[in-house]
Amino acid sequence: MIWNETKECMSRDELSALQSARLVKLVDYVYHNVDFYRKKMQAMGLEPGDIKNIDDIVKLPFTTKDDLRDNYPFGLFAVPHSQIVRVHASSGTTGKATVVGYTRKDIDIWAECVARCLAMAGVTKDDIIQVAYGYGLFTGGLGAHYGAEKLGAMVVPMSTGNSKKLTTMMVDFGATAIACTPSYLLHLAEILEAEDKIKDIKLKCAICGAEPWTEKMHKDIEERLHIHAHDIYGLSEVMGPGVACDCRFHKGLHVCEDHFYPEILDSATLTTQKAGETGELVFTTLTKEGLPLIRYRTKDLTSIDYSTCECGRTSARISRFKGRVDDMLIIRGVNVFPSQVEAALVDVEEVSPHYMMIVDRVNNLDTLEILVEVNPKYLTDEIKGLELLTKKITHVLSQALGINPKVKIVEPNTLVRSEGKAVHVQDKRKLY
Amino acid sequence: MVAKQLSVFIENRQGRLGEVLKVLKTNGVNILSLSLADTTEYGLLRLIVNNPELGKEKLAEDGFSTMLTDVIILQINHEAGSLQGLLQILSDSDVNIEYMYGLSIDGDEASVVLKTSDLEKADAVFTKNGVKTLSHKEIK
Repeated sequence: MIWNETKECMSRDELSALQSARLVKLVDYVYHNVDFYRKKMQAMGLEPGDIKNIDDIVKLPFTTKDDLRDNYPFGLFAVPHSQIVRVHASSGTTGKATVVGYTRKDIDIWAECVARCLAMAGVTKDDIIQVAYGYGLFTGGLGAHYGAEKLGAMVVPMSTGNSKKLTTMMVDFGATAIACTPSYLLHLAEILEAEDKIKDIKLKCAICGAEPWTEKMHKDIEERLHIHAHDIYGLSEVMGPGVACDCRFHKGLHVCEDHFYPEILDSATLTTQKAGETGELVFTTLTKEGLPLIRYRTKDLTSIDYSTCECGRTSARISRFKGRVDDMLIIRGVNVFPSQVEAALVDVEEVSPHYMMIVDRVNNLDTLEILVEVNPKYLTDEIKGLELLTKKITHVLSQALGINPKVKIVEPNTLVRSEGKAVHVQDKRKLY
Repeated sequence: MVAKQLSVFIENRQGRLGEVLKVLKTNGVNILSLSLADTTEYGLLRLIVNNPELGKEKLAEDGFSTMLTDVIILQINHEAGSLQGLLQILSDSDVNIEYMYGLSIDGDEASVVLKTSDLEKADAVFTKNGVKTLSHKEIK
């Protein structure tokens, strides 16, 4: 089913005209409502009138995650907080979170986009959908929830943390759809298999996102649970889940292009790549009121296809992600930057600032082990002391990262000191 | 009397313990007793040696994390209940034992190495009660 045929299937010319009109309006809006953009444009000698159509977008300045950090918490909001009805937050590159805000209209558009994505996966108002993303500051839970309600489905807001209850309700309620991270769904499949309950479930489809996954995981999920699995993409800065999703033909993720304008750029030169060429995905939010972003650099690497899909949608499709421009890791759906570990360890005087992060996937769940060197001054000959120290470091790191790492203290001066850019991460999951 | 124990923090890596022992051997440091406390991640090797300062210096040169720790070495009679009697003295004085291990056994007497919560107090209590404590030089 196509949720919004007018928008999802409009001709490319019509879409381009709509995007042009929205961009012109957006630039005028941010120029007059966000100091950050006005100053940037003035520094470049740009005035709102210089932007006449969507092709002029290349004249506009970029926005990065660091810009959000530098304007923490609300500096880039275009409306007074009386018009903001909700905020979400994700990890920043250092200690500070990236905070995003939504007006009532933003929330409505977000729900519309998620509804389109769920419809792409075959969800209708007759479905019972379990939302098993975290509810809270993370955009996943509430984002999927509002979209599913908009669609009219029966929503079961499971959130995360109780797999047993989830699988029991999946069987007892006869849930037909689930929204969660792909690795968590594989974990659930294991539980269902172990309890011989696969035959008892009525699941038809899954809408998985918040972390990169491989084609093998996709196949695994579909075969083990006998369902269709769909890839939903989004990031809180741009909106949250619902920016793009793949349809039943699985030939790339359809972008909600009337709301989020995608560009693929060479990440070194920042010039536009041809269709099909890999580059950094950059988004401009065409309709957002609370936190409108111009040319936001996602740091995700992908390519784009503008041809009409077999499903009938004309919206451009981005390919499965091919990696990251920066060193951000996604662990159990949480964005983690090595720089956060470094920033947190600086405050722990018992350890040196050297560390190694080892990311792996055991039984379909991500694991994060962090090796830290003890400062020789604080070494003790008592196990008790070392255990307390491990506990303290674990606490500091889990507060900073939002996930619980397994901390292992190692002998001083044993972690690799590489010349130039330090190698702090071993990712054994091979996700790209 | 307070004795010096050579303590080495070692990761659970194959051959790591052997490397420590090799450094001691090369430098003529003789081990009189040892205890290895282990967890899944790392171990703490505690050694009573004839020359703890030299052992620490040479191990540090080779990149090992070492410490000298104050401990008490007690000489006890080879009789049932003698250790219990000595520990009762500590207990009565509100001193806790952090860890303990046995030392060389020589004829009618045995020795134990003790690390306590308050070492000076433990030493004083033992002296007051006429219990003999040894330095590493007195150990045969």
